[in-house]
Amino acid sequence: MTAIASSDAGVSRSAGRRRSARSWAWLGLVPFAVYVLLFLALPTVLAVGSGFFASDGTFTWDNIAALGDPVVLKTFGNSAWLSALTAVVGAVVGALVCYAMLGLDAAGAMRTTVDAAAGVLAQFGGVMLAFAFIATMGVQGVVTMFLRDMLGIDIYANGTWLYDMPGLVLPYVFFQVPLMVITFMPSLSALKPQWAEANLTLGGTRAGFWLRIGIPVLAPSFLASLLLLFASGFSSYATAAALASQGSQIVPLQIRAALTSETVLGRENLAGALALGMILVVGVVMWLYSLVQRRAARWQS
Amino acid sequence: MNRLAPSRLTRWIIGALVAAFFLIPLGSTLLYTFQMPDGSATLAHWTSLADPESAAKLRPVWTGLTNSFVLAVVTVTIVLFVLAPTMILVNLRFPRVKALFEFVALLPISIPAIVLVVGLAPIYLSIARSIGTGSWTLAFAYGITVLPFAYRSIQASIDAADLKTLSEAARSLGAGWPTVVLHVLAPNIRQGLLAGSLLSIAVVLGEFTIASLLNRDVFQTSMLVVSKQDPYLPAIFTLLALTLCFVLLLIIGRVGRGIRKAQP
Repeated sequence: MTAIASSDAGVSRSAGRRRSARSWAWLGLVPFAVYVLLFLALPTVLAVGSGFFASDGTFTWDNIAALGDPVVLKTFGNSAWLSALTAVVGAVVGALVCYAMLGLDAAGAMRTTVDAAAGVLAQFGGVMLAFAFIATMGVQGVVTMFLRDMLGIDIYANGTWLYDMPGLVLPYVFFQVPLMVITFMPSLSALKPQWAEANLTLGGTRAGFWLRIGIPVLAPSFLASLLLLFASGFSSYATAAALASQGSQIVPLQIRAALTSETVLGRENLAGALALGMILVVGVVMWLYSLVQRRAARWQS
Repeated sequence: MNRLAPSRLTRWIIGALVAAFFLIPLGSTLLYTFQMPDGSATLAHWTSLADPESAAKLRPVWTGLTNSFVLAVVTVTIVLFVLAPTMILVNLRFPRVKALFEFVALLPISIPAIVLVVGLAPIYLSIARSIGTGSWTLAFAYGITVLPFAYRSIQASIDAADLKTLSEAARSLGAGWPTVVLHVLAPNIRQGLLAGSLLSIAVVLGEFTIASLLNRDVFQTSMLVVSKQDPYLPAIFTLLALTLCFVLLLIIGRVGRGIRKAQP
């Protein structure tokens, strides 16, 4: 109504002003667009593209071919294995935590505390998780010394595994479980208690509700969260870098080696090829995630 | 209280087991900071924070912390003065690019920092030549890292406030656009701006990947340096930093509940 009334006054003038206002308004998007192009699009293109070029700037398939090298394949295998294992453990334990949290008052102090703690451990841990585990399970760690002095159990009887692949499992689970709580809790809260009541009035049992209604409805969300956990484990660098200061057992650490020592496997620009391989894996997983998530969103309205 | 919730006993069992898994490492870290290498109790590690003798050992940490705080300030500036105005503009004037904008804002979740750093290395090489190697320049990269977090918080506030009506009302009363944005819109989405800023601070203080591989000294990289000489000091800083992040998130949780309450 107001638009019609005001346009009566001077049609041509206000239309002209609006058009010029619109063309100016586009300018407001420019700073952000330039920023994102320079610091998100350009680095991604450079990271992925540099794998196709030798150090003298000529095009080469050499680095990409290195992705088929047994050493590189093994690190990708290690990364996939570590991410899959910790994602599954994290998803199952995290889902149980969410299930238990249904009993908490959604606005209560306990719930707020758990949410905040989950956020800290899932998103900001990084190097600090590594230090916590060194303090706990390092050679001088509190738990290590307790087990050794009090119970006579030496967890490092077969060598110090904390700084190698097996040592990464517990710290990774340590951030995967809270990540699951953050991503899965909204779906579980969206499960309607009315469905449970309908099930009960129709003669169903509590176990029957979870088997026939709860779990099928939640399955897509669970799968989506599992994929997100896998991607987060696969891309995580800080915890592993702080624990394993040498070696390149997983892909991010191999990228570190390629970035800092220039030649790995006798190739330059291998970091670019590894980055490409990594972004392919994470990209496919995140694409699947968005597909499953769309399916999961059906029940969350 | 949700009727789907498990029985009190099941809740306690799950709660106790998971709490043990999470509290043992954190509790051990705390105990560790009160321990000598031979296992005897001591306060020496905490008092050494103020001890001039260990000042040299601690210098990297203070440098790193200072750099991280500067980075946090610059990153929050990017969030408040580049991201937030763009989001307001997109929501008010260009609703058709909203979906694309959201896609871009959430994209950094799918691009691992370790991949980004491979491409950032040559960019920072040219930044070093033109602007210098000041650690604050890292904030440009951090602005991207915090983008999904900041976007989600601010968008939640924007969705809860009716920006269009507010801006039209202010405009029809004669306010210019700077007044509208600063004095009408910003106060109405202040919870989102606050939550986004606090999350950005938490992300910047915890960031390691980019800083470490671009050879900048920030809080997290400095802990790794110090840990080579003294394993106890990083444990202390780990506990302090985790506590700080926890408090930041608690505040955000309170603020977030404020947003939800404001909705009809």
